[in-house]
Amino acid sequence: MNWGSWQNFLAMGGYGLYVWGSYAVTLIVLIAEIAALVMRRRGAIERLAKYYAARRRNDET
Amino acid sequence: MSKSGRFSFFYFSSPQSFYPLAGALQPWFAALAAILCAVGLYISFFVAPTDAQQGESYRIIFIHVPAAWMSMFLYLVMGFWSGVGLVLNTRLSSMVATALAPTGALFTFIALWTGALWGKPTWGTWWVWDARLTSELILLFLYIGFMALQSAIDDQRRADKAGAVLALVGVINIPIIYFSVKWWSTLHQGASVSMTSAPTMAKTMLLGMLIMALGFWMYSIAATLARVRCVILERERNTDWVAAEIGAQA
Amino acid sequence: MIRALGWVLRRDLLLAFRRRGDVVNALVFFVIVVSLFPLGVGPEASQLRSMAPGVLWVAALLACMLSLARLFAPDHQDGSLEQMLLSGEPLVVLVLGKTIAHWLMSGLPLVLMAPLLGLQFDLPGDALAVLCISLLVGTPVLSLIGSVGAALTLGVRGSGVLVALLVLPLYVPVLIFGAGAVGATVTGTGPEAHLLLLGGFLALSLVLAPWASAAALRIAME
Repeated sequence: MNWGSWQNFLAMGGYGLYVWGSYAVTLIVLIAEIAALVMRRRGAIERLAKYYAARRRNDET
Repeated sequence: MSKSGRFSFFYFSSPQSFYPLAGALQPWFAALAAILCAVGLYISFFVAPTDAQQGESYRIIFIHVPAAWMSMFLYLVMGFWSGVGLVLNTRLSSMVATALAPTGALFTFIALWTGALWGKPTWGTWWVWDARLTSELILLFLYIGFMALQSAIDDQRRADKAGAVLALVGVINIPIIYFSVKWWSTLHQGASVSMTSAPTMAKTMLLGMLIMALGFWMYSIAATLARVRCVILERERNTDWVAAEIGAQA
Repeated sequence: MIRALGWVLRRDLLLAFRRRGDVVNALVFFVIVVSLFPLGVGPEASQLRSMAPGVLWVAALLACMLSLARLFAPDHQDGSLEQMLLSGEPLVVLVLGKTIAHWLMSGLPLVLMAPLLGLQFDLPGDALAVLCISLLVGTPVLSLIGSVGAALTLGVRGSGVLVALLVLPLYVPVLIFGAGAVGATVTGTGPEAHLLLLGGFLALSLVLAPWASAAALRIAME
C-alpha cells in the first residue's frame, strides 16, 4: 500500500478523524491501563511497607 | 500441594508460587504483544489495500474486530477461572478472574468506541444499533456488574464466590443475549446493516485482524499477570513470604 | 418436598398480604412510569402505538426489579432465612417457592393491569391479548432471574442499585422477545415465534435460576 506522501497517510482518504481517533484512543486506553497497573503496584508495595513497619513497631513495644 | 523432587502441575496453584512465575513470564508476553501489534499495524496501514466501498475508514476494523473478539474471549476465560475457584475453592483462580475483568472491560470499551467511529462515516450516525455493537454494550454492563459486585462485598471469599456465580450466569446468558439482539436487529433494520465486510474481505485484511487479535491476546495476558501480582500482594499481606518480598523491595 | 414448597409459598403470600402496601406501590409505580412516556414524547396516537410494547415492557421490567428487594432481604434481616437454610429442606425448593410467591405478588398484578394501560396507548385488541400473554410468560422469568441478583447482593451496601446493574443486562432477551411479540402482532407478522421463545426462557430459568439463587444464598450466608 503506497500512500504517496505523509499528508495522504494522515488524511486517510478524508476519514483521518475517524481512523486516527480510533487508533489514538486505543493507544491511550492501553497506555493508561499500563500506567494504572504500575501505580497500583507501587501503591501496594508502599502500603505494605508501612503496614509491616507499623507491625514491627507494635511487636517491639 | 507440591511433591518434593517432582514437578507437579498444581505447584503453581498457590499465590506464593505463582507470584514469581507471573513476574518472570510477564515481560515475555509484553514483548510478544509489542512485536505482534507492530506487525499487525504495519499490515493494517501498509499492506492492506484500500477498500472499494468504504475507502480508508475500514482500517478501523483492525482494532474493532480484534478488540471485540478479546472482550468476549476474556469474559469466557474470566468465567472459567471464576468457576474453578468456586468449585475447587482455590483462591488463586478467583484472583485471576478478578484480575481479568478490567482488561476485558477496557477492550469492550475500545470495541464500542471504534465501532462508533466506524459507524459515523459508514452509516451516518455516531451509534449504530446493530447486533454486534449492542451485544458489546450489554457485555460492558456485564463486566461492570461483575466488578461492582466484587467491590461492594467486603468479605473477600464471599466476593470471589458471588462474582463467580454472576460470571457463570453471564457466560450462560451471553449466547442467549447475542441471539436475541441479532434477531431484534435483523427484524428492525434488515440484514443489510452489518459491520463486517466479511464476504469481500481480502486475505490481507483477515491476516491483519488475526495478528492484531494475537497481539491483543498477548497484551491481555501480560496485563493480567501484572494485575494478579498486585492482587496477590494486596490480599496476602499477612503471610511471611510477602513480608520477605516487601522487605527485599524496601 | 412439595409440602415444603407449599409451606413457603403460603408463608410468603401471607406475609405479602399483610403488607399489601408494598404490592400496591409496585403497581402504582408501573402505572406512573407508563404514564410518563406520553408526557415525554407527546400524545400523537401512531407514535404511542409504535412505542407501546417497549414502554409497557420496560416499565414492567423496572417494577419487577424494584420489588426484588422484598424477596430475600426481609427474611435475612429477621433471621428466618438462616432458619430456612438450617431446616434441612432442599434450599432450591424453598427458593423456588419464594420466587413463585414473589411473582404472584409483583408480576401477576402487572399482567392484569397491562391491558388498561395498553388502551391508553391505543393498542388494538389482539395486541392487548398478546401483551397479557407475553407478560404472563415473561414476568416469571424476570422474577427467576431477579432472584439470582437479589441473592447475590444480600446484605450488601447499596444493593438496590447494584441489583439493577446486575440484573438488567440479563433481562434484555426477555424484553426483546416480550415487546417483540406485541410488536409482531401490531405489524401482522404473528407473535408465535416470540412467545415460544419466551416459553423456552421460562423453562430454562425454572431449571437453572433457583439452583443459582440457592448457591448465591449459601455464599451470602456462610
